[in-house]
Amino acid sequence: MSILGSLASRDRVFDFLVPADSPVDVRHGPILYLEDVTVSFDGFKAIDTLNLTIDDGELRCIIGPNGAGKTTMMDIITGKTRPDSGKVWFGSRHDLLTMSEPQIASLGIGRKFQKPTVFEALSVFENLELAMAADKRILPTLTARMTGEIRERIDEVLLTIGLVEQRQRSASILSHGQKQWLEIGMLLMQRPRLLLVDEPVAGMTEQEMERTAELLTGLAGKQSVVVVEHDMGFVRSIARKVTVLHQGSVLAEGSMDQVASDPRVVEVYLGAEAEEELA
Amino acid sequence: MRIPDAFKLPVMTRIVTLTLLCLLACLPAVGAAQNDRGHALLEGLVSRSFNDKADAIEAILQSEDERANDWLQALLDGNLQRLKEDGRFVVVVGNSGREWPVRDALSGEALGEISRRDLDRITINNALRGQLRSALSLVELYAGDERSRLAAAEGIIGEVDGELAAALESRLEEEESDKVRHRLSQALAVHRLERGEADAVETLAGSLNSNVRVALTRAAQSDDPALADAARRALADIQQTLKLNRVAETLYFGLSMGSVLVLAAIGLAITFGVMGVINMAHGELMMLGAYTTWAMQQLLPGQPGLALLLSIPAGFLVAALVGIAIERGVIQFLKGRPLETLLATFGISLILQQLVRTVISPLNRSVVTPEWMSGSVAINDALSLTLNRLYVMGFALLVFAALILIMRRTRLGLEVRAVTQNRAMARAMGIRATRVDILTFALGSGVAGLAGVALSQLTNVGPNLGQSYIIDSFMVVVFGGVGNLWGTLVAGLSLGVINQVLEPWAGAVLAKIMVLVFIILFIQKRPRGLFPQKGRAAEG
Amino acid sequence: MHWLGQPFRERSTLVFLGVLLLALAAVTLLHVAVPPEHPLYVSIYTVNLFGKYLSYALLAVAVDLVWGYLGILSLGHGAFFALGGYAMGMYLMRQIGDRGDYGNPDLPDFMVFLNWDSLPWYWQGFDMAWFAFLMVLLAPGLLALLFGFLAFRSRVTGVYLSIITQALTFALMLAFFRNEMGFGGNNGLTDFREILGFNLRSSDTRLGLFLASGAALAIGYVLCRAIVASKLGRVCVATRDAEARTRFLGYRVERFQLFVFVVSAMLAGLAGALYVPQVGIINPSEFSPLFSIEIVLWVALGGRATLYGAVIGAILVNYAKTVFTGVMPDAWLFSLGGLFVLVTVLLPRGVAGLLAFRFRRRGKSPGSLSGREVSA
Repeated sequence: MSILGSLASRDRVFDFLVPADSPVDVRHGPILYLEDVTVSFDGFKAIDTLNLTIDDGELRCIIGPNGAGKTTMMDIITGKTRPDSGKVWFGSRHDLLTMSEPQIASLGIGRKFQKPTVFEALSVFENLELAMAADKRILPTLTARMTGEIRERIDEVLLTIGLVEQRQRSASILSHGQKQWLEIGMLLMQRPRLLLVDEPVAGMTEQEMERTAELLTGLAGKQSVVVVEHDMGFVRSIARKVTVLHQGSVLAEGSMDQVASDPRVVEVYLGAEAEEELA
Repeated sequence: MRIPDAFKLPVMTRIVTLTLLCLLACLPAVGAAQNDRGHALLEGLVSRSFNDKADAIEAILQSEDERANDWLQALLDGNLQRLKEDGRFVVVVGNSGREWPVRDALSGEALGEISRRDLDRITINNALRGQLRSALSLVELYAGDERSRLAAAEGIIGEVDGELAAALESRLEEEESDKVRHRLSQALAVHRLERGEADAVETLAGSLNSNVRVALTRAAQSDDPALADAARRALADIQQTLKLNRVAETLYFGLSMGSVLVLAAIGLAITFGVMGVINMAHGELMMLGAYTTWAMQQLLPGQPGLALLLSIPAGFLVAALVGIAIERGVIQFLKGRPLETLLATFGISLILQQLVRTVISPLNRSVVTPEWMSGSVAINDALSLTLNRLYVMGFALLVFAALILIMRRTRLGLEVRAVTQNRAMARAMGIRATRVDILTFALGSGVAGLAGVALSQLTNVGPNLGQSYIIDSFMVVVFGGVGNLWGTLVAGLSLGVINQVLEPWAGAVLAKIMVLVFIILFIQKRPRGLFPQKGRAAEG
Repeated sequence: MHWLGQPFRERSTLVFLGVLLLALAAVTLLHVAVPPEHPLYVSIYTVNLFGKYLSYALLAVAVDLVWGYLGILSLGHGAFFALGGYAMGMYLMRQIGDRGDYGNPDLPDFMVFLNWDSLPWYWQGFDMAWFAFLMVLLAPGLLALLFGFLAFRSRVTGVYLSIITQALTFALMLAFFRNEMGFGGNNGLTDFREILGFNLRSSDTRLGLFLASGAALAIGYVLCRAIVASKLGRVCVATRDAEARTRFLGYRVERFQLFVFVVSAMLAGLAGALYVPQVGIINPSEFSPLFSIEIVLWVALGGRATLYGAVIGAILVNYAKTVFTGVMPDAWLFSLGGLFVLVTVLLPRGVAGLLAFRFRRRGKSPGSLSGREVSA
């Protein structure tokens, strides 16, 4: 490359610009490990001595009534909220509490928000392109080229989320369900080790729900997936292991059937609905 | 200064002398009417020799004539004059224009207006002025009520000579009021200090009177080391007190400026803070309020006070109505697009400014300050507070309190808060969000109008009035924390004080620049201001 | 450097450059080759006026880059424009040499007038063209870097950012009004004589400045186009529409904002530097908040996030201003104010939106990048 080319990569001089993406160490089992995490807002304990372990490749569903701390838990894992006390480890090498949001993201933790947020002014293809794991510093981004390899990777994800035909469409004209899938696709582009998915089927039709269930179960194994969901039917259709949160800590954990028969769970959360279903 | 002989005599003999003088003065007037004695007394003043005049003044003083005070005061003010026609003495009551209203100096009866060309003024020189002042003070000290005695005692500090000192000593013994006695002893102490008595310093300690300070400064340079030392220490003390006074003064000006900022910003705090609407025409709504005051005074000539009081509701209404027009005409179409709202309302501000320039005048209009708002309150010798600023401060607090009450205690306030927090939910509960929008905007705009009414008492009323406040107002709201009325109050007052503290040190312009830079930096540190709104609703 | 070549593969850029080139050539020809009596003759006064419009157009492009693509409404871009202008003005001032009224070879007239006995340190070096031209970019660039660093780091965005950018330019205006600042106070810098040895009063120099403005606009346009067409441009749009989401994708949003903001400020400074020799004066009024917000109107009228819309808007509004202030000065502020309201309420996509509606094959939402194929 020319002199200009070397000028363009001048930023490599600064060590602190290099993201801390050394590989995640999962030799000791869990990919995510929360211990005694507590956080309070204005005296209200949103998370109270929460302990949670997610294994590598696992698909975990987290349920709990409103205000149980599900969203706050995700905020803590992604670095948006700092806990008052406790430990949050990603694999056995990365202390998430010392990292910023982008650092955590580039480490391989992807998050899907409750409300689908895709970049509506960009096409489906461009949305995925931006999400792709790549050098995300300024000059590399400015000079980034579209290579065949990238194109293949994007096509692969487009196939997974079933949006091949919408490739060049503006994201703004996608249906609600399609936006959710696109967002999951964007997470996949980051080659995450851990996917955090917040209420993926809210507002979806039956068909869309089925496709989503397929998509998520297909992902597990390659990635670890944590799904927060309200819809019991949906949870039952995908869940292998379920964690019930209540008032900021774990109330019960186990298979769907175990959890659903736990009297404490029935009392605080499943309530009438569960009684009807289990009866 | 040449001191008339009569003044050098002890008090008791003086009275005797004066009686004699009186008799002498009265001689030519023997056989005339009842007022002739007074006429004769005044006749003495007509002499060309200032010595003679001094004697005549003394004669009047000793005459115990009840009109003496009036004459001497008139003489001092240059209002004692003589009719060229018949030599009668008159007192000029008002001296503007060519025809002056006068009254007879002897009978007190009004004589109508007389051309100033028909009058001869009785002239005096500086020596006589000093004599008159001391004399009048002395009369005042004997005859006046406590307030005028106090003023008189204060007036003679630094003016005392040996003769007067003797008179004051005797007066001091009879005086009942502690305050007056304190002043008198200070006046005497200054006199003693001038004669080199070091123990006089003690009496003067802590006085803020400027003549006391002059005397002490002079004494501090004296050859007597004991006296110089004592004076220096007393001076240092006084300087300390003065410094405190200056701090108080800075604080006063700062709070006054701050309350103007609060007034200007509080309307914004409602429209921007509560509704999230950026109204760049807010300054122009203030301008309309100020012009309403001006128009009101044009409608009610000669009654500036009444006009000002009426302007308060009128200014509110005018600004509120224009605000409603802006909300309905423009802002409602730009809901959820704050940056576009900013641009559109900026356009409106240009239009309003140009409208005033075209319709009224591009020049500043002057708004009269009613009598009860002009003048000042003296706290001590070195500190006095101007009334108009005091009123504006009170007004700002009043408006603030009213707004807090409206937001906290009324149905409107409740609905406004509901709509701000969750528009959809509020509508679902039957709150008419559109109506709330209109009312809130009208309220914010109306308050801007009130700010304009208040500003008309402090600055020039012109088409650019609003422009000069808009950036400051936004700074106050952002500094205080958007959506928080108390934050606006604290921010406005503290920015006013900060500005005043910086001003003597850095100059007005630099102080303003520094405040702006300070806020710009502050916002980086705390993007949500001093008192941020908490919770999820404030996010995003 | 393929990203810089990208704009030349876009039809819209080629059309824009073609139109610009044609306009420059036409004006030059009509001025040089047509005799003055001829009705088509373009006087040097008009050429000068067009040159001024072109520098405004570059300024508008700079504002559109941050507002259109990054969603940052800067109400303080006039400050960067003025700083570039002052850097140029300082150079031109030093070029006067001893030909000023006081004949002082080292000090500009206003410093002699203020009884200053030596040149302040920050005036050193401005007698050298290369240094001054460097400062034209660096002065606004550094201010933008400092200001942007603080603002974006603490995530000040939206209307807050708009308000503090306005405060920034207001504070600078107050500062430059002070004589003690050493920039000529109220009167600013003026009475320039020559630039790079060319007499500023000669027609040839003026024509040269006009062409230079055109060239700068072309370069600035291509640069901005290259930025927005790159992946970085798409990150900007992503930031504009969903900042938090972009952050979660692993982009250091504040750095992208800072980068684009600084580039934009430098372009604004360049525009200011071209503007000053053409109008012959720079004074603190260029810092006034009114001017900065007017720039935003040009962009809004032309159409946000299109770049060429900014150029159209700048030329349209300023042409209208020249005409109106000449014919009925009172009406200008009315129409300017009216424009603000009309454009925001009725024409949110600006003139470019109208054009797109008329010509574009596929409709796209405002602020989208124009129909560009992603290509290798």
